[in-house]
Amino acid sequence: MSTPTGGTRRRKSPLAAQQNRAGLAFVSPTLLVVLVIVVIPILWTFLLSFQRARLIDLQNMNLFGDWTTDNFVQVFTQPGFWSSLWTTLVYTVGGTVGSIALGLVAALALRRPFRGRGLLRGTMLLPYVAPVVAVTYVWETALSPQTGIVNTWGRHWLGWHKPIAFLSTSDYPADILGLRVHLPLALLTVVAFETWRYFPFAFLFLLARLQAVPGGIEEAAMVDGATLTQRFRHILLPQLMPVIALLSVLRFIMTFNKFDDVYLLTGGDSGTDVVSVRVYDFLTASYDVGSAAAQALVLAVILMALLGVYFAFFAKRVQEEQA
Amino acid sequence: MSRAQFEDRLFGILRLVVIIALVVATVFPFYYMVMLSFRSTGALLLDPGALVPSLKELTLGTYRNILEPTSAGGQGLLGMLRNSALVSLGTVALTLAASVPGAWAISRLKFFGSRQISAVFLAVYLFPATLLAVPLFVVFSRMGFQGSLTGLAIVYIAQTVPVSIYMLKNYFSTVPVSIEEAAALDGCSRPAILRRVVLPLAAPSLMATGLYVFMIAWNEFLFALLFLASTPGKWTVSLGLKQMDNAIQVPTTVLMAGSVVLTVPVIVLFYAAERFLTEGLTSGADKG
Repeated sequence: MSTPTGGTRRRKSPLAAQQNRAGLAFVSPTLLVVLVIVVIPILWTFLLSFQRARLIDLQNMNLFGDWTTDNFVQVFTQPGFWSSLWTTLVYTVGGTVGSIALGLVAALALRRPFRGRGLLRGTMLLPYVAPVVAVTYVWETALSPQTGIVNTWGRHWLGWHKPIAFLSTSDYPADILGLRVHLPLALLTVVAFETWRYFPFAFLFLLARLQAVPGGIEEAAMVDGATLTQRFRHILLPQLMPVIALLSVLRFIMTFNKFDDVYLLTGGDSGTDVVSVRVYDFLTASYDVGSAAAQALVLAVILMALLGVYFAFFAKRVQEEQA
Repeated sequence: MSRAQFEDRLFGILRLVVIIALVVATVFPFYYMVMLSFRSTGALLLDPGALVPSLKELTLGTYRNILEPTSAGGQGLLGMLRNSALVSLGTVALTLAASVPGAWAISRLKFFGSRQISAVFLAVYLFPATLLAVPLFVVFSRMGFQGSLTGLAIVYIAQTVPVSIYMLKNYFSTVPVSIEEAAALDGCSRPAILRRVVLPLAAPSLMATGLYVFMIAWNEFLFALLFLASTPGKWTVSLGLKQMDNAIQVPTTVLMAGSVVLTVPVIVLFYAAERFLTEGLTSGADKG
C-alpha cells in the first residue's frame, strides 16, 4: 500500500489534513494562473489610477510613486462622464430586461415537447454563439439607410418617406398617439441588439428550470379550475423567480461591462457612449493610462455598489418568498 | 366558452406565433448574411430588398477576394484564419491544463476554502474586461508581447478559466466516487486517479468545455484589438474584418463572405457539441 493513510482511521485529523494538503496542491496551479493574469492586473489598475501615467512615461516609471488624485478629479469633471454613465445604465437595464423577458417567452413557448423541438432549441442559441463581429455586421448591413433590407422594405411596405439611419440617429422625432416624442434611436437599436443576442442565454437557463417543475402541481391547479395565466402567475413564476433573479444579476454585470457590441455597432457615437467604450478611447486615443484606469475603476465601483443595493434589498425578499 | 378554454385557445395560437417569430428573428440574419455573401455589389445596389437573388447573379468572387492573400489582390483572410485557429487552440490547451486539476480538487477534496473558491473564481467576471485591459496593455507593450499571439492566448486564459472550472466541476461530480475509491484501494495515487480514471470517464465533457473555450477565444474582439491592432500580420479574423471595414473600402458583400467564413467553424462546432454544452452550462440551474 503506497497510501500513507492506512491505520489512521481512529483519529480523523491526519486524514483530513492530508486531504487538505492534496486539495491545495491540486488547486494551486489554477490559483496561480488566476492570480497572475487577473488579480495582479486589477490591483495594478488600482495603483495606476492614482498616478500620473501616460504610456510613454511607463517605460521608466516607478511602480509606487507620484501619488495623485488628479485622474479621479478629471474623470468626474470631464464633460460627458455623467451622461455616459446614464447611457450605460439605460443600455444595461434595457438589455437585461429585454433579454430575460424574451428568453422567458421563448422558454414558455418551447416548454412542451413537440417534433423538431431539439433542432429549434439549438437554433434559438445561434445569436449567442455566433461571433460578435459577424452578427454586428449583419445588423449594420440590414439597417443601412442605403443598401439595407429593413429600410428598403420599410419604404416599400410601411410607407416610410425617407430611410431611417438606425445606428447613427441620436434623436429621432416621432409622433406616437399624437404626441411628439424624441427617441434616442441609436441607443434603442443597440438595446434591441443586446436583447436579440443574449435572450438565448436566459432561454437556456429558464427552459432547464421549467423542465424541472413537477407536473403534479399544475395538474392539481388545473383540476381546481385555474386558468393558464393563473397557473403561470401562481405556480410557474414563483418557481422561476430564483433563476430570473440570478439571470438578472449575471446579465446586468455582463452588459454593464460590455464593450464590443456597442463599439462594433456605433463606435460609441450617436448617444451610445457607454463607459467601457470611453475607457477604450482614453487608452488608445490619448494613451492616458492613468485616466483610463481611474475610469475603469469608477465603473467597477459603481457596479459593485449597484449589486450591493440589489443584494441588500431584493435578494433577501426572493429568499423569504422561497422559504 | 369559459375563461379557461378561451385562454387555452388564445395562448395556443400565441405560442405558434411566438415560435415562428423567434425562428425568423434568429435564422433570418444568418440567412441574410449567407445570401449577400454570394451576390455582387452591383446586384445589391440595384435591388437591396431581394430575399432570393436570381441564380445568374450568384458569384463566388466575394470569397476569392476575401480569402486570397493581399499579395494576390485579396484581403488575406486565410492567414487570419490560421492566426485565429492558433490562438484559439492554444487557449483551449492552456485553459484545460490550468483548470482540470483545480476543478477536480474542488469537486472531490475537502480542503481549506474548497467551498468558496469557485465563487471567488467566478468573481473575476465582476471586473470589466476593460479594467484588466489597462494594465495588461501596459505590461505587454513593455515586455514586447505587443503583437504576439502567445500574449493574446495568455490573456484569454483569464477570461475562460473561471467558466471552465465551473463546467468541469459539475461534470466531475457526476463521476461516481466509488470508482475513484476502488482505484485508490488498488494503490493509485491521486494524480494517477485523475489521469487514468476521471479524465477518460469525463472525456466527452472535457471536449464540450474545450469547445466552449474555443468559441470564446475565436469570437473575442477587445483584446485582439488592443494587442494586435498595429501588427496586421497577426490579426485574427474578427479583428481583421473590423479593420477592413475601417481602413479600405471593401464592398459589403465581400465583408459578408468574411463573416460567413468567421461564423461557420463556430456554428459547426456548436451543433456537434450542443447537448453537452447546454447541459454543462445550465446544470445546477434546475435546482433553483
